[in-house]
Amino acid sequence: MVATMTIGERQVALAISIFVALCGVVLAAASGSDPLLVHGIIIVLAGVAGVFIILRDYYAPEPGPERLSRYYDEPIKAGIIAALAWAIVGMFIGDWVAWLLAYPDLTFDAAWSTFGRLRPIHTTGVIFGFGGNALIATSFHVMQRTSRARLPDQLTPWFVLAGYNLFCILAVTGYPMGITQSKEYAEPEWYADIWLVIVWVVYFVLYLRTLARRKEPHIYVANWYYLAFILVVAMLHIVNNLALPVSLGSAKSYSFFSGVQDAMVQWWYGHNAVAFFLTAGFLGMLYYYLPKRAGRPIYSYRMSIIGFWGITFFYVWVGSHHLHYTALPLWVQTLGMTFSVMLLVPSWIAAANALLTLNGAWHKVRDDATLRFMMVAAVLYGLSTFEGSFLAIRPVNSLSHYTDWTVAHVHAGTLGWNSMIIFGAIYYLVPQLWGRQRMYSAALVETHFWLAVAGLVVYVFAMWNSGITQGLMWRTYNESGTLAYSFVDSLVAMHPYYIARAIGGLMFLVATVIGVYNVWMTIRSVPAAEGRPVADQPASLPAGEAAAPARG
Amino acid sequence: MGVIERDPHTGHGTTGHEWNGIKELNTRVPWPVWTFLILTFGFSVVWWILMPAWPLGTTYSKGLLGVDVRQVVSASLKSAAEERAAWTSQIDQKDYAAIQADDALMKDVRATGHALFGDNCAACHGLAARGGPGFPNLTDHDWLWGGTPEAISETIRVGVNSEDPDSRVSQMPPWGSNGALDRPSLLAVVSYVHSLSHPGAGADAAQLAAGKEVFAKNCAACHGPEAKGNPEVGAPDLTDDTWLYGGDLQSIYTTVYGGREGHMPTWQARLSDTERKILTLYVLDIGKSAP
Ligand code: HEC
Ligand code: HEC
Ligand code: HEM
Ligand code: HEM
Repeated sequence: MVATMTIGERQVALAISIFVALCGVVLAAASGSDPLLVHGIIIVLAGVAGVFIILRDYYAPEPGPERLSRYYDEPIKAGIIAALAWAIVGMFIGDWVAWLLAYPDLTFDAAWSTFGRLRPIHTTGVIFGFGGNALIATSFHVMQRTSRARLPDQLTPWFVLAGYNLFCILAVTGYPMGITQSKEYAEPEWYADIWLVIVWVVYFVLYLRTLARRKEPHIYVANWYYLAFILVVAMLHIVNNLALPVSLGSAKSYSFFSGVQDAMVQWWYGHNAVAFFLTAGFLGMLYYYLPKRAGRPIYSYRMSIIGFWGITFFYVWVGSHHLHYTALPLWVQTLGMTFSVMLLVPSWIAAANALLTLNGAWHKVRDDATLRFMMVAAVLYGLSTFEGSFLAIRPVNSLSHYTDWTVAHVHAGTLGWNSMIIFGAIYYLVPQLWGRQRMYSAALVETHFWLAVAGLVVYVFAMWNSGITQGLMWRTYNESGTLAYSFVDSLVAMHPYYIARAIGGLMFLVATVIGVYNVWMTIRSVPAAEGRPVADQPASLPAGEAAAPARG
Repeated sequence: MGVIERDPHTGHGTTGHEWNGIKELNTRVPWPVWTFLILTFGFSVVWWILMPAWPLGTTYSKGLLGVDVRQVVSASLKSAAEERAAWTSQIDQKDYAAIQADDALMKDVRATGHALFGDNCAACHGLAARGGPGFPNLTDHDWLWGGTPEAISETIRVGVNSEDPDSRVSQMPPWGSNGALDRPSLLAVVSYVHSLSHPGAGADAAQLAAGKEVFAKNCAACHGPEAKGNPEVGAPDLTDDTWLYGGDLQSIYTTVYGGREGHMPTWQARLSDTERKILTLYVLDIGKSAP
């Protein structure tokens, strides 16, 4: 990575690394015996590691101007590897907490291993570690290809990637020590939050700079989605994390909001994290890799437009459907519910547009597991948005809320939609970026696909059953007019489903490990004699003279 | 571009844009999309008219139905309580024996007691009320504080060593950790207590005699001269094979060395009189069917 930077960039990178290390020193020094000390040390180590990496290649020859005629794909490769590493960590912890729910004694009597501390490692690891790195990596790829412009420089993308991963590491190492703001999906404390703001703004500007250099007259839909993702996440993150630290030497902070306002801000954030992190960004991915792999034009430009504006407009209103039947005023709940219902059609338009794009390519879906990953993703996206709008209706929510039905909905979305589209994109990208003819083993891609689908089905059906059983048990009255079941009864009824879910999750985890192995072997394999030129080059060809189409 | 390029498969025209090989068709939006958009919008508008929906400065649109969730909930709680009153009023009025003799009422007690017990008591006493180390089995007919309905009801009301001013007080003082007994006496009394429920366990006769003496001097005040216990102070019978903290030598030693102080919360403020009466009857009832 350093060898591809200019001397000037290497110097700036060095300065940033030293600055980060110094920030770590300050935090550590101010912390006393606070757990912040550990984080100070981690930040110092990150800065020092940066310095070492840069110095190792500091005197390597500078890249020549010919680099500018090729897309800058190095950071994309790193992002993919980071995403896969986080996938294994996050899903492993996910399955661990799944077993923990079935057998609550598996904590070894230690504080760090309790459910409450492990669970956010899972959610942060998969959403931000796995999903976030995949989003950043694919956005770098898509923005260059669809703008026919190279990333503007060699330093910023690395700063975004490395900085983002430092944030993720601070997050997941904090939870076992009990460092958390107790806001779901926004657990990291103030210093990590501030760092993410810096990284994110740089990311946003990077995206704009690349778009500004584009050589296409129009901006492709995928870019609209990626941009919405980056912009709205910045806004959500900043507002929901407004807080006052106890002191500079303490990891603890207090939110600016309290009471029902705090709950509303949190779920405005929480739902839009789903909407713009797990949906908008991923739709960007879908809109590029699916038509590319299928070799088909997007079914309808007009549907793209309605879908995009519908989704961005309606989503920001619906957070209150997470707070039905709470202290939140009824009128806010009404708005959340009705906007969720109206959100259904735009969501389905996006899914339908993707599936209709496959018209004329269904034989490829049958034969090509990579494209099948993307197809399943679009179907499950449609399913989970339908389910979401349904769950948002107050009387339905009165049954589903607090139950495993929510968990079923979440994982239909995250396993079926987010993970599947990521793996589809990765199987598309890896041979291309590393200049291989194909993946190391097509059979293993098939195995990954079927095992993942099976695991997903087991997981989601187990949780649907368990959630609906739970919800019904909690509201069943006996003939005497009192509740028929105690909470413990419902836990006993959940037990077999929890075991089934843990097994389904294990299948999904094993499928992921197979995928990672396959990627690893592809990277390590010797490129075929003739090699494979990294597709879609060079960046500077004028319109109409596009290079030979990617073999995908 | 000139002539519109057409997709051979669908016959639809493209928009003429292209990004790295991706093209877009200019297909018209299919009619179901408009239909469902209109349907969902219509649904929302109707809902907004009927229910509280839009903020209006310092107030909000109240909706034609005038729904107020608080009133809905209080009304349904009230009507549910009225329905239940058919039998709960009898629980309140009748005495224990009369209720126990009334099969219909006992059916209500069992149905209601199950969830009440499961939600409030099972965490400590177990779902089947069989207890565990430190938490008494409530089905074994062996009571620390007395097994009459009145005694049980009182235990539930005030708790044991709880914050309630009337709480029952259970104190098994420590004898070893504070040096109240020297080591030989401690070991002797432990063997003696153990021998009461394990006759012929093979302890040394001299030691047992010594232990008996220590017991008479220090322990009998609470546990009684025969070690049969005393429900007045919650002191358990040490001669039977029911143990709260364990009846093997090691457990008895731990108890006597460090003392014990069981905690049972007070339910006076958390459960109504009726609920506590139901629980009393329920606990007695499951004990009846237990071996
Ligand atoms: C926090 C744990 C805890 C909870 C919850 C609890 N108990 Fe208890 N309970 C105890 C302990 C400990 C004792 C024994 C106290 C002692 O050492 O004398 C006890 C004793 C009793 C006794 C007296 C037993 C005897 O042998 O005299 C009754 C009756 C009883 N509990 C009923 C209930 C009921 C009914 C509930 C639910 C409303 C309940 N308990 C909830 C811990 C609990
Ligand atoms: C002040 C009254 C008091 C005195 C004196 C006393 N005990 Fe206790 N003992 C209790 C009470 C009350 C309990 C029940 C503790 C509980 O429920 O938490 C108890 C419990 C025990 C137990 C546990 C029974 C079980 O079921 O696990 C043993 C053993 C015991 N006592 C032995 C002794 C011995 C031996 C002595 C004398 C050295 C002694 N006690 C003196 C009040 C007393
Ligand atoms: C190996 C696969 C996985 C397993 C076994 C698994 C397991 C779990 C478990 C046990 C929980 C806690 C549920 C509860 O509290 O009752 C959970 C929550 C969650 N998981 Fe996963 N998970 C997996 C994959 C994923 C992936 C890939 C994502 C996201 C990309 C994800 C996102 C989430 C989220 C957002 C929650 C919180 C849900 C809520 O609060 O309602 N999971 N998961
Ligand atoms: C139209 C689109 C959607 C709507 C209207 C919607 C609606 C809902 C509703 C009503 C809940 C339950 C709230 C509760 O009872 O607590 C929920 C939870 C959730 N949904 Fe969706 N959903 C949609 C799409 C998605 C998608 C595509 C994903 C993931 C990729 C997703 C991820 C989640 C998560 C993670 C939660 C759990 C939040 C928590 O409690 O921690 N949703 N959603």
